[in-house]
Amino acid sequence: MQSEIPLHYMIVLSTLLFFIGLLGVLIRRNLITMLMGIELMLNAVNINFVAFNHYLYPHRMEGHFFALIVTAIAAAEAAVAIALIINIYRRFATVSVDDVDQLKY
Amino acid sequence: MDFSFTLLIILIPLAIFCVLGLFANRVKPAAAGMVGTAGLFIATILSYYAAYNYFSMFHAEEGYLPINAFSILWLTFTDELQIHLGVLLDPLSVLMLVVITTVSLMVHIYSLGYMKGERGFQRYYAFLSLFTFSMLGLVVATNIFQMYIFWELVGLSSYLLIGFYYERPAAVAASKKAFIVTRFADLGFLIGILLLSFNTGTFDFAILTDVAGPVIAQSTGAVFLGLSVTTWAMLLIFIGGAGKSAMFPLHIWLPDAMEGPTPVSALIHAATMVVAGVYLVARLFPIYALSAPDALEVIMYVGSFTSLFAAVIACTQLDIKRVLAYSTLSQIGYMMVALGVSGYGGEAGLGYMASLFHLFTHAFFKALLFLGAGSVIHAVHSNVMNDMGGLRKYMPVTHITFLIACLTIAGIPPLSGFFSKDEILVAAFEHNKIVFAVQWLVAGITAFYMFRLYFNIFWNRTPAFEHTPHESPATMTVPLIFLAAASIFAGFVPFHELVTSDGKSFQTGVHWMIAIPSVLIALAGIGVAALLYYKQNSKAESIAHSLKGFYTAAFRKFYIDEGYLYLTRNIVFAFISRPIAWFDRHVVDAGMDLIGNSTVQVSRSIRKIQSGHIQLYIWFFTSGALLLTLIILYLNSY
Repeated sequence: MQSEIPLHYMIVLSTLLFFIGLLGVLIRRNLITMLMGIELMLNAVNINFVAFNHYLYPHRMEGHFFALIVTAIAAAEAAVAIALIINIYRRFATVSVDDVDQLKY
Repeated sequence: MDFSFTLLIILIPLAIFCVLGLFANRVKPAAAGMVGTAGLFIATILSYYAAYNYFSMFHAEEGYLPINAFSILWLTFTDELQIHLGVLLDPLSVLMLVVITTVSLMVHIYSLGYMKGERGFQRYYAFLSLFTFSMLGLVVATNIFQMYIFWELVGLSSYLLIGFYYERPAAVAASKKAFIVTRFADLGFLIGILLLSFNTGTFDFAILTDVAGPVIAQSTGAVFLGLSVTTWAMLLIFIGGAGKSAMFPLHIWLPDAMEGPTPVSALIHAATMVVAGVYLVARLFPIYALSAPDALEVIMYVGSFTSLFAAVIACTQLDIKRVLAYSTLSQIGYMMVALGVSGYGGEAGLGYMASLFHLFTHAFFKALLFLGAGSVIHAVHSNVMNDMGGLRKYMPVTHITFLIACLTIAGIPPLSGFFSKDEILVAAFEHNKIVFAVQWLVAGITAFYMFRLYFNIFWNRTPAFEHTPHESPATMTVPLIFLAAASIFAGFVPFHELVTSDGKSFQTGVHWMIAIPSVLIALAGIGVAALLYYKQNSKAESIAHSLKGFYTAAFRKFYIDEGYLYLTRNIVFAFISRPIAWFDRHVVDAGMDLIGNSTVQVSRSIRKIQSGHIQLYIWFFTSGALLLTLIILYLNSY
């Protein structure tokens, strides 16, 4: 019988993905790259949802739907974020976060 | 008989005040005056109607019973301690309603002429209505707390009217002085109210003054410095009354209050507000008479001293309104003496009856004197006696009415002042011979200074007038004539059947053994005044010169004002106010500054954290979240 991939593989995968995304947000200066990092973190969460749903409650669908909702929200968030980035670029002629520090003390 | 319409007597002036106060600039002056006068006319008619109906409800055995015409619950402290607002009708308050509305109506009519063309004419009428409202609310109060509220309102309207000519520094100073002195006295009143109500658990006059009630029965309660708590409370309440009625040593505001318009002096500072102290003592009289006789003795001595003191000063003053102001002090002193020598109930309550009788007659003749003086001032444009003289030729109506008022206050029969003063002297004679002697002497001094005033205004030399004086318009002379008639005939009101300490009537009449000496000394006073002032001569100056030190002291009002100034500047300011100001500036303010400055310093040093670098914020956030996770894991591992 074909054995299933164990749950902790999934968790390790999603954890890796999450921290790669977090690292991207923390150390990359380019705003678009940071946005990509955020997307990675969201997808890590999606993997968790789907995995837990599949392994723990195979007859229910909430995890799947939640993953879909997260995807939709992520799309909306990307649209807003990119609009913000475009505006920042127009105003400061840069997309580097280090140069956009006007909101301080 | 339903007396709830009496509420209207109070509400009509309030409504007029609101209308005139809010729309002062949109109303024409004449319209404002007419509205005020017409409204007050209705209130006067209503109070006469109320008085007629009330005094026709005499019970043969119980006398006049108090009636609660109207009452609403306003505040509840405990189940027993509640504050109502309402209208209480008893002989005392009905009497006051009649006096106040009558004099106020006369002043309203008179002011139509006197204040014509003044700037702020509408404001003047608004304030007059406010005053009338507050004074009426004061006298019909059902409890001591409501009385206190209106007491303060009266003080406020007095302040506003004294300071009516607010461009004049003297008027502003006088209004502030009046307000501060009476507020200072009201502090005593407030403490007295608190002591009394704490001790008895009620504010209600009906319970407080119930002769058979628990309040008077428990008078021998706790003792402090040899006097019972009730006595202390009543003494403190009397301080409030003394402030309003300008008794020595709180009298200093009243002469200065003459800076206000003359009709205001007639209404507030002669006929109504200044007798509020007498009214207060009379209202609480059963407590004074039955549980605090020591306080009543104090009232007697204060009244007696004030009447003598003020009468002496009145002989030296040159400003005719100030002479009248000191004469008012002296006459209120008479009323206080009469209350002080009175007992409770029946014949013993003669002094109480006499005091209110004198209040009644004094309201008319003193208002008449002030309005007459106003008429003179209106004609010669000066307050000072030296600018007047020989005016009888120019102002016949003012002359005759002023003469009637002078004869009335001097106590010449059969004018009203004779009857009321006679009752007071009889009551004083029965109680305390020394006080009687003082009051008898004051009667003579009163006659002297009133006729000094009269001769100096209407006879004596005729100075060179810039404009020939002329008689005042009808709006001013009609109130004079009405008040003169009231001064003549008010003495025939059978007061001993109407307003007595226990509501029952008793028999009294003119006591010729007392009356004849008092009339004689009054005639002597008039004679001396005629000798000195009828024609221009130097006798008065030479007498003043021979009494140099005493005369100067009296002319300078016995240096009471200077004494107060010294007391406040050199003692209160130097030893209390300045240290407090120093403490405020260097301790309280400095403490606040320290807190503020240290906050600024701390925030300045830590504000670099807010760098604007988003990634730094994410670092903080993530490390915090991680730290929390670790802590939770650590805690859950046990």
